Amino acid sequence: MANTHSAVHGGHHPVDPSVPAEYHSEENSLRIAGFWIFLGSDLVLFSCLFATYVVMHGSVAGGPTSKQLFDVTGFTIETIALLFSSFTCGLATYEMRRGNRNAMIAWMIITVLLGYVFLGFEIQEFVHNVSIGATMQRSGFLSAFFTLVGTHGCHVTLGTFWMISIIIQLAKYGITPITARKAFIVSIYWHFLDAVWIFIFTVVYLTGKVI
Amino acid sequence: MSGIVNWAVHFFMLDEGPLIWLSDFLIGIASVGIVVALTYFKLWKWLWDNWLTTVDHKKIGIMYLIAAVLMLFRGGTDGLLMRTQLSWPNLHFLNADHYDQIFTTHGTIMILFMAMPALIGFFNIAVPLQIGCRDVAFPYLNAISFWLFFVAAMLFNLSFVVGGSPDGGWTSYPPYVENAFDPGPGENYFLVSLQITGIGTIATGVNFLLTILRMRAPGMTLMRLPMFTWSVLITSIIIVFAFPVLAVCLALLLIDRDFGSHFFTISAGGMPMQYVNLFWIWGHPEVYIVILPAFGIFSEVVSTFSSKKLFGYSAMVVSMIAIAILSFIVWVHHFFTMGAGPGVNSFFGVSTMAIAIPTGVKIFNWLFTMHKGRIEYKSAMLWAVGFIPNFLIGGLTGVMLAVPPADYQYHNSYFLIAHFHYVLIGGTVFGVFAGLYYWWPKMFGVLLNERLGRWHFWLFMIGFNICFFPMYFLGFMGMQRRVYTYPAGYGWGVINLIETFGAVLMGIGFLVFVLNILWSARYGERDVTGDPWNGRTLEWATTSPAPHYNFAIIPQVKGRDAWWLMKQAGESINGPKGIPFKPIHMPNNSGRPIIMCAFFFIAGAGFVFQWWIPAIIGLIGVVVTMALRSFEYNDHHYIPVDEIEETEAAAGRL
Amino acid sequence: MKPSGRRVRSLFLIVGLSMLALAGCNDPKYMPVLSPQGPVARSEYYLILWSFVLMLVVVLGVFVIFFYVTVKYRARPDNKDYVPPEIEGNAKLETLWTVIPIIVVIALAIPTVAVTYKLVKPPKVDAATGASTAKTLTIDVVAEQWKWVFKYPAQNIETVNYVNIPAGVPVDFELTSAGPMNTFWVPALGGMEFAMPGKDLKLWLEADHPGSYEGRSGQYSGRGFSQMTFTVNSQTASDFAKWVKQTQQSAPKLTQQDQEQIVKPGTLSHTLTFSSIDPQ
Repeated sequence: MANTHSAVHGGHHPVDPSVPAEYHSEENSLRIAGFWIFLGSDLVLFSCLFATYVVMHGSVAGGPTSKQLFDVTGFTIETIALLFSSFTCGLATYEMRRGNRNAMIAWMIITVLLGYVFLGFEIQEFVHNVSIGATMQRSGFLSAFFTLVGTHGCHVTLGTFWMISIIIQLAKYGITPITARKAFIVSIYWHFLDAVWIFIFTVVYLTGKVI
Repeated sequence: MSGIVNWAVHFFMLDEGPLIWLSDFLIGIASVGIVVALTYFKLWKWLWDNWLTTVDHKKIGIMYLIAAVLMLFRGGTDGLLMRTQLSWPNLHFLNADHYDQIFTTHGTIMILFMAMPALIGFFNIAVPLQIGCRDVAFPYLNAISFWLFFVAAMLFNLSFVVGGSPDGGWTSYPPYVENAFDPGPGENYFLVSLQITGIGTIATGVNFLLTILRMRAPGMTLMRLPMFTWSVLITSIIIVFAFPVLAVCLALLLIDRDFGSHFFTISAGGMPMQYVNLFWIWGHPEVYIVILPAFGIFSEVVSTFSSKKLFGYSAMVVSMIAIAILSFIVWVHHFFTMGAGPGVNSFFGVSTMAIAIPTGVKIFNWLFTMHKGRIEYKSAMLWAVGFIPNFLIGGLTGVMLAVPPADYQYHNSYFLIAHFHYVLIGGTVFGVFAGLYYWWPKMFGVLLNERLGRWHFWLFMIGFNICFFPMYFLGFMGMQRRVYTYPAGYGWGVINLIETFGAVLMGIGFLVFVLNILWSARYGERDVTGDPWNGRTLEWATTSPAPHYNFAIIPQVKGRDAWWLMKQAGESINGPKGIPFKPIHMPNNSGRPIIMCAFFFIAGAGFVFQWWIPAIIGLIGVVVTMALRSFEYNDHHYIPVDEIEETEAAAGRL
Repeated sequence: MKPSGRRVRSLFLIVGLSMLALAGCNDPKYMPVLSPQGPVARSEYYLILWSFVLMLVVVLGVFVIFFYVTVKYRARPDNKDYVPPEIEGNAKLETLWTVIPIIVVIALAIPTVAVTYKLVKPPKVDAATGASTAKTLTIDVVAEQWKWVFKYPAQNIETVNYVNIPAGVPVDFELTSAGPMNTFWVPALGGMEFAMPGKDLKLWLEADHPGSYEGRSGQYSGRGFSQMTFTVNSQTASDFAKWVKQTQQSAPKLTQQDQEQIVKPGTLSHTLTFSSIDPQ
């Protein structure tokens, strides 16, 4: 059924064994391309949040500064967890290409779990900040900080839900061109979030610890 | 008990006077009327099956346009109310609060709920047909885009009778719109409904970008695309990169208002200017988002009714790309008066002037398309021809505004108001009317009446000039925008009175248009050929309205103006005789987009009134409907060959 | 049908009507932007004129082609058999109409940049008289909801909804706002500038002669915005000095009560004068 899944266009790509499964139909390739464009759009969204954060970094209004607030151990663990999850997510794609469903699912589960480790530390950081009065209502700097990091956190949370739903579908239907495409797209999304985090790590945490 | 009554009276704005009572009454009557009519004629199922759940680009386009015309009526009524209030010094037809709300809703509705959906409606109607494919890249997403726009428009309009409309202007500059100065749900309506429709617009941008890049018929190279499709391609790129900025801008302000953060407040380190920057980084590209598709429509119309190829095709494409790039580096010209240094102001002034160069190229190319043509002044062509001088005046006064020191005098004055109405009405609205007259037969299989069309054009065009041309002078006289009344003795009164007269003429023109729609539905000439204008592009190759699958066989394109070439060569759209039909794969209808967007509405209302339970329910509903879609595998069907043969036989294409 | 004929007539009608409306108000006070009363407004006015002339040339040029084409090539019953030629384009013509706008833009851009830089600060030497203009007056302007407050720090004077300035002296207005954004606009003396909370934006204006000029806010700021007007009274140097002296001697001190009255949102239909800036 998968190869006839080509959409309204009508053109069918012949199945080329050298092409990975996720590209096995016009519709699949279209959806993957569409998702890339969406990521471009999402990147603009994050850029605006970054710009706002950078502009407001000094607007502490007598409240805590980034230097006082950021906890090196916490954000280092978050970074390692998320970077490592990107690696395991890559391994899942690798196993998908080899047609190894169980290994693929296993790596995806590990990815999701690492995502929750990341989220756990982030939530703990936020709770701690709030407990010492560093809330988003405190200053312009904190508003921008919570919004930027929180938006990334929301993306990660949605990403984990999404990945779980793909894991269920993989378990149900195996690796078909459709599930392969879905898994591939969620993996692009996950790597994208990792890339955004690298910027948060450098621009927000590292820089914020120095100035 | 009396507490609840008082709350309800205030909530439903019954203490606001007869204008609101009348609106309540009219909305009530209209809603009951629609429900009764649908029930009486047993049309609920028809409505659900054919329209509310459709993923067909042609029907979605029609729904966009119906909504846009309704919003044009709403925005136009706002405009007339404003003109009435301003027609003489010291009038008190409206009070300051009502006037402030009305100019805000007028601007917001006209740009985001009228211009945008009207143009996106044309994207839907024309693009897949023009490039020879059967639907957009993501039909299901397309339906979601429409319903997001629709619920956002409903939410925004609800503000008029529930809780109060926003009153910060369509630009809504903080800190005025922060809770400290502007409490209440009004401003939240603005922020939430624009956010919702903005998400839909980004999806539309992605959808049409992919549709045009990946779904063209064989032989339809990029440099053979019809010019309207080119304009949509460029517009989609601008949308994808500009609209996320609006999303951030609105979200930050909403977080300020709903959760007490300090992005744009006066206290605790807020920076109101950051909003202004973000708003215009979106806002200026937005201007081109609403003008480039109109340019595309004019290109199609001018070439069709001159019976001539578009002059300077490549130059047209290059100038649109240039405009798109420039549109992202001119935003500061909206606030030359905010104390940026002379270097910054000079840069943005000159970059703004530079837009005149590609725009000028386009104007000359249209003129030379008509040159040596045989110009048939059908209604659509009247709008396209009328566009040139009017838009020229608007564009050139725009160049005058780009001079920063001169802008210090024009800024926020009626000179500015005159300028942007000349480009937005003379460009976009004329473009929408041109498109409506041009593609009406393709949408409904009926031609609009030419005689009424001419009345509509002349009344509206003359009224428009009477209404807006004198505003340039009001600017020189020192009248600033958004004043609800003004004292006598400045000499503004007579000019304002003349303008109001012009606005009334525009209103009458619009009514003639409505009359035309009603008259033509009953008595209008039926379009039996599918090609009433001797068209040049592929949408005229198929029946009016086009069959569900658009093309039984995907056409082979051999050059620009593909259908014109086929007609010259005496070819059929279905290719040489005897090519067998194959079953056509089409996406299924789905009720999920409208349900999902209903959840968006609930969540939106929650954020407007800070009712967190509905907000959370709404958001959960959105996520659940999205997840359900992920588990949907059987979402396509085949149109059997018999059915295709039957349809094609009826169209005389066998 | 003769669309072009009707179009010409309608255009004449519109221009005529506008002229008629304006004929009744050729007094300079009705057209402040076009009858500048100081050096800043004059520089801006000359730029406006220059840009207008350039744009008029373009408009006239395009209108000639426009009417020629739309009239000459209209479909008539007698040219039914005319088959328009298929023309792809014309490299020479297209270059021409790319180059012309570029020239127009350059012709506009050069004086634009020059004046943009020129208007940042008052010139050290008055261009007309050659006299030194080193002496300036600084006035802090605060936009309240919905009043204009003027503070003379050197003179220790505060006025509300009017401001007195000496003619022929550049005045540095330092603009800020206590609430929403507003713009400070005296059309006869020069263009507007924003008054924003948390920022001090500078705007210098100068009046040539003694006289009285209308000022207003250009940026919508809420309910009372339409009434947010003020008067600029330009006086001779001696009159101004006299006014300063008199005010310092006879005007009341600004009290806490007065200050609260000023800060409270609302419009004020009269003016106020105080002989101190900080409330006591």
